[in-house]
Amino acid sequence: MATEEMEQLVRRDYKEGFVTDIESETVPPGLDESTIAFISNKKGEPDWMLQWRLDAYHQWLKMKSPSWAHLDYPPIDYQAISYYSAPKRPEDMPQSLDEVDPKLLETYEKLGIPLHERAALAGVAVDAVFDSVSVTTTFKKELGEAGVIFCSISDAIRDYPELIKQYLGTVVPVADNYFAALNSAVFTDGSFVFVPEGVTCPMELSTYFRINAANTGQFERTLIICESRAQVSYLEGCTAPMRDENQLHAAVVELVALEDAYIKYSTVQNWYPGDENGVGGIYNFVTKRGDCRGDRSRISWTQVETGSAITWKYPSCVLRGKESVGEFYSVAVTNGRQQADTGTKMIHIGEGTRSYIVSKGISAGRSNQSYRGLVKIGPRAKGARNFTQCDSLLIGDTSGAHTFPYQEIGNSTATVEHEATTSKIGEDQLFYCRSRGISEEDAVSMIVNGFCKDVFQELPMEFAVEAEALLNVTLEGAVG
Amino acid sequence: MLEVKDLHVTVEKKEILKGLNLTIKAGEVHAIMGPNGAGKSTLSAVIAGKEGYEVTSGSITFEGQDVLEMEIEERAQAGLLLGFQYPVEIPGVKNIYLLKAALNAQRAARGEGDMPAPEFMKLVKEKIAQMQMDPSFLQRAVNEGFSGGEKKRNEILQMLVLQPKLAMLDEIDSGLDIDAMRVVADGVNSLRDSKRAILLVTHYQRLLDYIVPDKVHVLMDGRIVKSGDAELAKELEVQGYEDIVEEPAA
Amino acid sequence: MSEVIHFLDVLKKRLAQRGSEPTWIAARRQAGAARFEAMGFPTRRDEAWKYTNVRQIAQGHFELAEDADYSSAKAAALTLPIDAYRLTFVDGVFSARLSDVEGLPESVQVMPLSQALAQNHEAVGGPLGRLTGVEFSPFSALNTAFMEEGAVIRLAPGTVVDKPIILQFVSRAGEQPVMSHPRVLIEAAGRSQATVIEHHMGDSDAANFTNLVAEIMLDRGAILTHYKLQEAPLADLHIASIHVEQRRDSRYTSYNLNLGGGLVRNDLVTDLNGQGAEANFYGLFYGQGRQHVDNHTLANHNAPRTFSNENYKGILDDRAHGVFNGKVVVKRDSQKIEGFQSNANLLLSDRAEIDTKPELEIYADDVKCSHGSTTGQLDKEAIYALRTRGIDEQTARGLLTLAFAGEVMEQVDIDAITERVELAVAGKLPERFNLAGLVEIAAAFNEA
Repeated sequence: MATEEMEQLVRRDYKEGFVTDIESETVPPGLDESTIAFISNKKGEPDWMLQWRLDAYHQWLKMKSPSWAHLDYPPIDYQAISYYSAPKRPEDMPQSLDEVDPKLLETYEKLGIPLHERAALAGVAVDAVFDSVSVTTTFKKELGEAGVIFCSISDAIRDYPELIKQYLGTVVPVADNYFAALNSAVFTDGSFVFVPEGVTCPMELSTYFRINAANTGQFERTLIICESRAQVSYLEGCTAPMRDENQLHAAVVELVALEDAYIKYSTVQNWYPGDENGVGGIYNFVTKRGDCRGDRSRISWTQVETGSAITWKYPSCVLRGKESVGEFYSVAVTNGRQQADTGTKMIHIGEGTRSYIVSKGISAGRSNQSYRGLVKIGPRAKGARNFTQCDSLLIGDTSGAHTFPYQEIGNSTATVEHEATTSKIGEDQLFYCRSRGISEEDAVSMIVNGFCKDVFQELPMEFAVEAEALLNVTLEGAVG
Repeated sequence: MLEVKDLHVTVEKKEILKGLNLTIKAGEVHAIMGPNGAGKSTLSAVIAGKEGYEVTSGSITFEGQDVLEMEIEERAQAGLLLGFQYPVEIPGVKNIYLLKAALNAQRAARGEGDMPAPEFMKLVKEKIAQMQMDPSFLQRAVNEGFSGGEKKRNEILQMLVLQPKLAMLDEIDSGLDIDAMRVVADGVNSLRDSKRAILLVTHYQRLLDYIVPDKVHVLMDGRIVKSGDAELAKELEVQGYEDIVEEPAA
Repeated sequence: MSEVIHFLDVLKKRLAQRGSEPTWIAARRQAGAARFEAMGFPTRRDEAWKYTNVRQIAQGHFELAEDADYSSAKAAALTLPIDAYRLTFVDGVFSARLSDVEGLPESVQVMPLSQALAQNHEAVGGPLGRLTGVEFSPFSALNTAFMEEGAVIRLAPGTVVDKPIILQFVSRAGEQPVMSHPRVLIEAAGRSQATVIEHHMGDSDAANFTNLVAEIMLDRGAILTHYKLQEAPLADLHIASIHVEQRRDSRYTSYNLNLGGGLVRNDLVTDLNGQGAEANFYGLFYGQGRQHVDNHTLANHNAPRTFSNENYKGILDDRAHGVFNGKVVVKRDSQKIEGFQSNANLLLSDRAEIDTKPELEIYADDVKCSHGSTTGQLDKEAIYALRTRGIDEQTARGLLTLAFAGEVMEQVDIDAITERVELAVAGKLPERFNLAGLVEIAAAFNEA
């Protein structure tokens, strides 16, 4: 099969490209102390929160944008970005789906996410973030009965200040890195989840983010806390409308798992990747980190990354508690001129800690993709174990696939294994599928899906379906 | 049904088929025999559309359509199916998915909708029982970790589900013990009917004790040098290829 | 900065003694010194030096040796008992007395750099510095600034050298620590073949600094086997940059065996520039005490149908620190590439540490590349199994450690080298276990 044909198959129009026409209240571009004060004031935040933001801002001013990633993009003008936008009636937030702006619901429909259906049928509570402000939160009652708090981070700052003070910034400190510091200064919204001791969250929690207003940076802040023996599964899914300007996204996600707690965090990321010439597209600089504080706690990251022009993202686990477990399962697909530098860090501190990393990268078109990972075994992490499997698939001869795994092992009782392969789609596999009457396009999809199977099976059911759809697979889960 | 005329094929600049002629009618079972390197596998690969084979002259038509102009999958959708000598492994892709995708692709080509899931499952269960395979095979990745015999059974299973008009089986008997051979042969025989044709490519006569062909062709050095009925295969067994050829072509 | 100034002062002093030299040498020396001054010593903020701190070198007040005095008896005790052509350098200074290149055929030249320069300096000036420029690292710049001695090996087309060529570097104990900057140049013409053994050793109480640069050029079809047996004294500081250029169908095989040195850094780079070129990198590093051993390798697949294969094994005991960074780069349009890389490490003590980073950077799609890396400890079950057969624990550990090293060592076909490695890695084992046999036995137990 000719390379050009192969490229045709993976070059697909971005299906989620449309703009919702909802008036936004947006501050003029630029960032200084007054912008931060404006955001904090808009949110009705207490003074300590403003001070926290300003502290982050001052540290950010002293920091430099990281340059070590295998990424190439023009410098970002932080003064050209608008740091706040909200739907027009923030004080008049809809309390049920009936009150939600029909245009927003329509948008979700177009994305193939029938919100109410999904919510009702699948029992998923949805905290929909639209232009940085929570628009609707459902299933509050059921969660409330279980003692689970699931609300916007803004509400949490107002309603649960003690929890925020206790946990915010303890996993990702304000000055952890350039983008985390920026986020800490200007974050506008995001989710807060608190699952009390012994509670298993009765439903999967889900939030769909969108970036909509042009030139608006999106700075979510998510904090999830599971007390002892608590469990939660959290889904984050993202798509964005087609835009020409690059949009900056710098989210921070912090997870805290106490003794025997389990947090599963799944992401499907499908933001606008830019056009074939690399024009437009989201710049995605994300800091995600989980802290396994308690013994036998477990944090699992699963991500399917298909969007964004630039991805800089390393969901990590700090394995502090004895016998705690960290997991990272990732599928990343890049095409066109997308660039992704992604991977994970597993920091083993406690005795008997374990981590698993499975990373599958598919590079097509003129895209470049890097796996960058760190496995660090500290001197006290007796008997720690890591297994890493890291495979790259190349489609076409103009893409690049790179692997940069760091392993720092300071304990002789540790066992660390890393395997990586890079190859292209097998011609003989394609021929076999086609000789069974399956079109070339479907054959590529099937083989790519098979390549990603180890990761997809880690996704919650609804997400797995979406993920496969994202890779344009026509096979349905009817059989099996 | 299938008409191969004066087919010349080169592989990496070397001519493998040198003017091959073959006509297969509906309802017939043909066997092509010949020594190693005669071009047996080349013929079935060219009909299925494998890349790397250059047709320098000649034609292949299937039910009046020019096969050489068809895409690989179009050939399969039209009912031309190749059973491989060495089936490839496809990690992560379950057998059941491949069967479903292939069947529905064929139906779509005929303008039919997808087969409903229950009906599909019923069909597959029936066929897998016929092939005496464990249903767990359906959940395993295509051919991954299968033994040689399991791979061959799997090829026949696909034939039974996809019901091709012309099934081409390339050395389907290699690597099979007697019991497996019987199962495979029974599977192939169950495909025989007046509307369907089967092309067997084989090195040994053994298979033809179980699947009795209507026509036997001897392929040597890129040409069919002798044709006959099932008796010819038995003669080959006794006399060997060289002697058969040295007889003046009658 | 004062650290850099000390080195530049030593250089000035030496140049004042030397008098005039060809302009090209003076110019390169100047460029090297300028580059070194501009860069300074690398710090751990430099990605390539992330895990290796060179403070000991920067702060060591090394001078240059003035002579090559060394007793023949001591040299004989250290040298490999092999029938070979031999050049000996003592603290970087050539010793004609301890060298022997008698019987070399005319198609082979093996001589100290000083002699090659004296004979025809222009013939040296062409290739020298072509592969390892002053930009490569501060140490390559430093070497270029100081270069005055080393080895030149030239093989005429089609020559097959009958015996190994040994370049031995002796580190002497003395009141004043010294430094040397050997420069090695190997030019192998079409279809020539040779085995070169680079051997570093010395007095056990020496504490000197060696900063070697080797440039190796393999023309069409040339085959070079390059052993590096690094048994430098445990307080020695050792930096080496080896850069290979491979034309069509050439084959370079490196055995990088590191047993000694307090601080060791090896950079091994090959440019596979012609179709059919093949590089094999085998490495073993053994660290004990507070040794720090850092191996960086890089295979640049610049042409289609090139092949690289790498297998490095690290064994770390006590508080030793090992670093492995292997990289395979496949350039755009370099199709039909195979690149394999494997790194396995054995940690024998709680305080030992390994930092490993096997990298792939691939810009072509028709490639088969893979790497694997494992770190673990001796298999307790296997130790137990050996002990149930009456083997004491220490021997069992030695056997299993050797078995671990086996995959690399079984490639080595010079017995004298194998024995040195065995002694260092497994200690003195009972006579009945000869190396070949015990590697086999232990491997069998490992599998059981």
